[in-house]
This record gives sequence, structure tokens and C-alpha cells, in this order.
Amino acid sequence: MNSLIPDVHLLGCEGLSKQTITTILSLAQFYRNKSDEGERFQLLNGMTVANLFFEPSTRTRTSFEIAAQRLGAQVVNFSSQGSSTSKGETVTDTAKNIEAMDPSILVIRHSSSGIPHLLAKCVKIPILNAGDGFHEHPSQALLDLLTIQQSKTNVQGKKILIVGDIAHSRVARSNIYALNTMGAQVTVCGPPTLIPPFPEKLGVQVEIQLEKALPTADVIMMLRIQFERQSAMQIPSKGEYAKFWGLNERTIRNIKEDAIIMHPGPLNRGVEISPAVADGPYSVILNQVKNGVAVRMALINLYSRAPLPQEWFEAEKRSSHV
Amino acid sequence: MSERTLIKGGHLIDPANSRNDFFDLLIENGKIQTIERPGQIPVHPGTQAIDATGSIVSPGFVDMHTHLREPGFEHKETIETGTHSAMVGGYTSIACMANTNPINDNAFVTTYILERAKSRGHVKVYPVGAITKGLQGEELAEIGSMINAGCVAISDDGICVMNAYLMRKALDYSRAFDIPVLVHAEDENLVGKGVINEGIQSTVLGLRGIPAEAEEIIVARDIALAAHTKAKLHICHISSASSIELVRRAKNEGLSVTCEVTPHHLHLTELDIGLYNTNCRCRPPLRTLKDVEACRLALGDGTIDCIATDHAPHSPEEKEVVFENAANGIIGMETALPLGIDLVKKGYLTLYQLIERLSSSPAKILGIEAGSLSEGKPADLVIFNPEQKYTYSKEMIHSKSRNSPFVGWNLTGRVERTLLDGRTIFLEKNY
Repeated sequence: MNSLIPDVHLLGCEGLSKQTITTILSLAQFYRNKSDEGERFQLLNGMTVANLFFEPSTRTRTSFEIAAQRLGAQVVNFSSQGSSTSKGETVTDTAKNIEAMDPSILVIRHSSSGIPHLLAKCVKIPILNAGDGFHEHPSQALLDLLTIQQSKTNVQGKKILIVGDIAHSRVARSNIYALNTMGAQVTVCGPPTLIPPFPEKLGVQVEIQLEKALPTADVIMMLRIQFERQSAMQIPSKGEYAKFWGLNERTIRNIKEDAIIMHPGPLNRGVEISPAVADGPYSVILNQVKNGVAVRMALINLYSRAPLPQEWFEAEKRSSHV
Repeated sequence: MSERTLIKGGHLIDPANSRNDFFDLLIENGKIQTIERPGQIPVHPGTQAIDATGSIVSPGFVDMHTHLREPGFEHKETIETGTHSAMVGGYTSIACMANTNPINDNAFVTTYILERAKSRGHVKVYPVGAITKGLQGEELAEIGSMINAGCVAISDDGICVMNAYLMRKALDYSRAFDIPVLVHAEDENLVGKGVINEGIQSTVLGLRGIPAEAEEIIVARDIALAAHTKAKLHICHISSASSIELVRRAKNEGLSVTCEVTPHHLHLTELDIGLYNTNCRCRPPLRTLKDVEACRLALGDGTIDCIATDHAPHSPEEKEVVFENAANGIIGMETALPLGIDLVKKGYLTLYQLIERLSSSPAKILGIEAGSLSEGKPADLVIFNPEQKYTYSKEMIHSKSRNSPFVGWNLTGRVERTLLDGRTIFLEKNY
């Protein structure tokens, strides 16, 4: 049993302490190094991770699945094409039913904001929020932090620019909370129709003009423009969006030499990011994906209260005693 | 032999007759017989005496905005349970909205509601008919027939009449029957798929917002239409500071515009939603502290005419779900008095004004015989202790539904006794 994490569930990055984030990132970095060496673990031997995906997802679900397997856990996948109109009671019933089968941890993705909070009231096993509506997506933010930390040594004091549909992005919200907690300065950028009404409440600055925001950014985080959720009342066309808020060879001309460009995927090539930029020297997109597995290994390990890797735990103890 | 009841020793507050002092009150055969200074009424043998010493005696409250859910949604509330909730809260006359199933858009449903109220109801029920057929916002309902059957007002409450032409015609038509038109003022296009106020909390929780302008635009529109038609316009559950300003201006111009506010819009902000508390989901949505303050001040200065609860019961299956799917509405009749007393204690209005906003003012808007203690009129009254303190719990709720965000609140002020036509219909068991 480990007790390095004070909370039962990971519902979001809002309210996560610096200490908790630091612990998660430290264990994630350990797993990243070990995974790169091809090492596998049996710490969750005999345990089951239940993936409950009420919204289509390939990347996040696969990432959690691989993470669980690398720790030696069994994985069960429950997926349902739960539309936004699907009733909440079905979700609670499903979660209670899955819980009755005694998994060690629930990973939940749903199209409605607040689902993990609702389920946290009716199930006892730990919940990892894998994305709820446009509220939070904490594992994505944590993998983004790990990626920034690897490229920039430290998140503290860095200027982070998040570009896209801020109002409807769970990735943006989780990143903003976690980045603020770790001492970064966050600016959001996008068409005014996609900026939420009280950005200052989220602790961010707003810059509508992309070309003004780019030159000072250490990290440029592009969000996927979700046309499936948008209508022409918010953005006139993909082409116009690309012209004013897309990253391409022209717009990146003035970015910092050591800036990194991130994207949570899946990419709309040619819309928010041009192929040349996505595959270019500033891009760390594939590194994000690798870190995704490592971060989810750390989260499953810590929140399931399974035994921690001794090697990491000893090192962690030593460093915190220095 | 006639039935006599003497209520003595109480502090009588009856704004309709400008009374605010110690009076005894004699009820005979369900009607108020005499109101006199303490000790002045001779006591005949066989007169039942009720000692109201230390308590307030006032007209039974009038709630001009409730949802009794019958017919059609009896799992949420029935006329029996809803009127039970009313009498516990001190209400003796309540108006019920048309969004039942079938919808109260014709005289048959009106008659059904009134018959059920007569056989099962605990207090007087005044149906509100629909403005448009099926609440569809397309054609006028048979308003005259509904009024003849017993409706006292018309409203498409819950849905905004988006067609301005139709709204204008409804206001015009209402003049034939001298009834108020109660409007749900929210522009449906601006509401969109919104579930809470567009503001801090919608930003933080990642929920779609409803901007305050959704309300303000319709309030402005309907005031313009009321100015033209000279109809009686009443804005339901006003919630935004700017809407209140629009009403204030209309009143200054002498238009026949009134409005109500709910206890929840007087006491809660969007922040009370916390982490997705669906009992705080309502329409219009809970807004900001600035709006709450504006509502309170306007209730005090009379810009807001009355408190109406918008008592909206919902079952757990409709509330204990994810926020996006939760039903809109809050139950309110059992907590309206203590929440109002809280505003008296905070200095926003006097107890006299509070009672006026809970009784004579809504009665006047609806044009019903209620909300006053006049000799020869029905003895519908409430006796309450304005100082009694208690913690509101789920077990205290008499409504069939439990969707109150005020559970757990420390409240002051409790109804001791409610009388309808001179009979005690509710007696708080601690008295």
C-alpha cells in the first residue's frame, strides 16, 4: 500500500497540490525511462483496471490500456457510444455494476461535464477522470507537464501559450490549473467566440492575435478544433480559422528558437497546424504520446494504492530528505 | 349553531388594510367577523380560543407561481402533496402553472385541476392557463374558455414565447378578460444548450452558459409590447440586475408591469452550484452576487412586487443525474417565509413589507380574493413565530420531491398554524 496521494480520486487538476503533481511527474519520469529500456512491471499483478469509455476515444483508452498492461494489471474495456443525451442514471448504474465486479480502479471518459464527480459519490473504488465534457482531462495535462519538464527542465516561470477553442476544451482547463500550480504563466489565444467569459478566473491572460502571442512563448500548445462540436455560428470555416489561428511555416517565423510545439491530438492537419510544423523540429507531439503511457502508469500505480517500484521509492525518499 | 374561533394576543400584520399592531380576531363560520384591540372582543361560550401571544398573525400567503405537476407528473408532485407543502409553508392560495400533461391549454384541463383541488387540495388552487396551444408558441390557446373555467392568468412558463408577433397578440387578447400575462423571459436562442449562468462557474465547470442578456432582451421586448397594448404584463422569476432596471423604468413610465422573484434568486448565486449540485439547476439560472443584491434591493423598494417560489418538484431520477441532464427547478413553498425573514434581519425590507410581498401584492396581481384580513372575508391566515431557529432537513419536507438546495441551512422563522376558511389545516407539532 502506498499513501503518497492524499485524494481517493483523480477528478481534475483543479486543487491538485504542487506536491502531488511533483510526485506523479517523478514516478512518470521513472516509468518513461524504464519503458524506453523495455522494462515491464508486475506491481499490479492480479489487479484489474476497468476502462469505462462512454465517448469514442482511441488514443486515451489505448494509452491507459498499455499503461495498465505494463504494470501487470488486467484490463477490461467497457465502451458505449453514449451520446450527450444519454441519461446520467445509466452511467451510475453501469459504474456500480462494474464496481461490483471488484476492479481496483475505474478510468472514466464521458461527454458530460461532471460525470466523475457524480460517480465519485456512488462508488468507493478510485476513479481516474479520462476526460469529462469540456471540464477536465487531467492525465493529458500531466503528460503535457512532463513533456514541458523534459524539454525545459522546469515548468516554473515558463510562458505557455494555449491556442484554440478554450471555451470547450477540457485539455485547456486541466492544463491551466496544473500549469498555474507549478508556477507557469499561461496565455490563451483564439477567436473571441471560443474564449470563455471569465478567463481571469482561470488565472490566464488572453491574447486574441496569434502573431502577437507567439514571439514570447516558451511552449505553444495547439488545441484540436473540434468541428463536430462547433457550428458556423462560432467559426466561419476551417480555412478562415487556419488563416488566423493556425500554425504554419509563416506564422512560426517569429517564435523563440527553443520554443516547443505541442498538440494533444488527434491533429487536424492543415487547420490548427500545418503538416510541416506538426512534423518539424519544434514539434514534441510524439514525445507527448510516449509520456502519456508513462503518466498513466504513474496514475494507475499511485491511485490504485498498489505497491510502488522500490527503486523509485528509495530514490524519492533520499531526494526528499536532502 | 355558529362556529367561532378567537385568535388573541398576536401581532397582526395585514398590509392590505394597513394594520400592524396587536389585534384580536374573531372568526365566525369561516369568515372574519371582527378585528379589535386586544381584549375588546367579548368571548361567547363555545368559542375556540387560539393564543397567538408572541407570534405574528397575517393573511395566508399567496404563491402566484407553483408547479403542482398534476395531471401527468404525479411522480413529482400531486395537487394533494403540493397543497400540503403549501399549507406547511403558510400558503393558503396558490397558482399553478400550465405545463402539466395534458397541458392546461383548454377548459377541460382547467376544470380537472379545479375538481382535483376541491376534492384533494388543502389550500385554494388557482390554475394558470397556457398562452399558446400546447405551449408551442405558435397559436393562441382558448384563453377565454379557460378564464371562464377558472384560470386567473395565462403563462407559457418554462418556455419563452419567442414569436414577438404572437406575444403582442396574446397581450392584446388578454385585455378582453382583464388578466395578467405571466412571462418566462429567456431568449431561447441565447439560452441554446446552456445549463447555468454564463459566468465564472460555467467557465470553471465546463458547462454551457446562459447569458443574462437572454432574460434582459425578452424583458425589454415585452415591456415595449405592454406599452403598446396596455395589457397587464408580469415578469416571472426576474433574476438579473439589468432586467430589474428595465422594470423600474417601465414602472416609472406608468406602465402596467409587475414582476416576481424567487427565494432562490434572492439567496443563491452560481457559485452555490459548487461541484455540479443539480439542486441548484433552475431557469433562469442562479446568477451573480451583484444580481442577488439587485433582487434584494428591488424587493425592498417595491420594484419587485412579490416573492413567488416557482416551486418546481422533481424526482431523484431527474435530479441525481449528471448536471447536463438534470431537470430544472427547486421546491420552495416550505422555505419561503424563513428565507424572507432572513432578508428582514439583514435590513432589506421590514416584516410588514415581507408579508405584503408574500400575500396582498401577489393577490392583487392575480386579481383574486386573498392576501388580506378583512371583516366579512374568508379567514385564510397564518400564525408564525419569526424568531424560531432550526436546521432545515430533508425529513421536514412535505412536498413529494426533495429537490431543495436549502437542506442543511440554519433558518429562522417557522409557521405554527395555518387556517383556511377559519379551520386549522396545519398545526406545527411543536406547538
